[in-house]
Amino acid sequence: MIGLEHYLVVATILFVTGVFGIFLNRKNIIVILMAIELMLLAVNINLVAFSVHLGDLVGQVFTLFVLTVAAAEAAIGLAILVCFHRNRDTIAVDEVSGLRG
Amino acid sequence: MVIQTLAFYVFALLVVFAGLSVILARNPVHGVLWLILAFLSSAGLFVLQGAEFIALLLVIVYVGAVAVLFLFVVMMLDVDFAAFRAGMAKYIPVGLLIGVVLLMILGIEIGDWTISPLADGQRQSVAPMVTESHNTQALGQVIYTDFVLLFQSAGLILLVAMIGAIVLTHRRRDRVKRQDILQQMYRDPKRSIELKDLRPGSGDKL
Repeated sequence: MIGLEHYLVVATILFVTGVFGIFLNRKNIIVILMAIELMLLAVNINLVAFSVHLGDLVGQVFTLFVLTVAAAEAAIGLAILVCFHRNRDTIAVDEVSGLRG
Repeated sequence: MVIQTLAFYVFALLVVFAGLSVILARNPVHGVLWLILAFLSSAGLFVLQGAEFIALLLVIVYVGAVAVLFLFVVMMLDVDFAAFRAGMAKYIPVGLLIGVVLLMILGIEIGDWTISPLADGQRQSVAPMVTESHNTQALGQVIYTDFVLLFQSAGLILLVAMIGAIVLTHRRRDRVKRQDILQQMYRDPKRSIELKDLRPGSGDKL
């Protein structure tokens, strides 16, 4: 019988994969964005699992908003990336130091 | 029940394998394709749990829009992706360390928890029985009533994202002929048409 824990384990592994991906590809901003998408997906799996387990629809509604924000984030992030590549002809994270932060 | 268990393990293994392949892929285009597989198989997990609406939303929004957006950008940018992987081995130890520590923390958390007996009483919107109304209907009844403000603000976020993406990537290019509608409308025959009297055979220059 597949219970709540099984889904939580899958979500955990996926989340850690996302974190590991950010460290592994820390020069390539496209892969970093994809790793962030993986982490958000893990969060969604968690939310839906708890929602179904408790019989409360709020978790699924929240998943909807996480999806919305993730889509907006991806769109804006990729737009900034395209803009940056047009101006500087590179997308290396190390090169993004225009603000001297 | 056996089929459900089997389907869970197939989808779960696919999600984990695709997730690992996303971060390890040599070619980002392959990475995006693995990302699509991860989304599709987690949509399968959602269907198994009875959350069909979220599952289909994931397929439509993520696979149909976000992943294709990634694919477009990866293919559009002329970047030497192999150069990024040069110093990759340097980051593996610290990444593994943090990953393992995080995994252990989350593992401890998953191993030891209970749901409070009061949890049932604190449910905001109780999901109706499947025989009463299916998942999409139940979600719709909640979203458009209790969470209507959140729903509207989600729309606003998408609008801001759309406008932001257009503003960021739009550029005016020179040497492109564009239609100027106002100029077309203000053009009047008196200034743009000249009538000339020509006699046949005279060879007048226009």
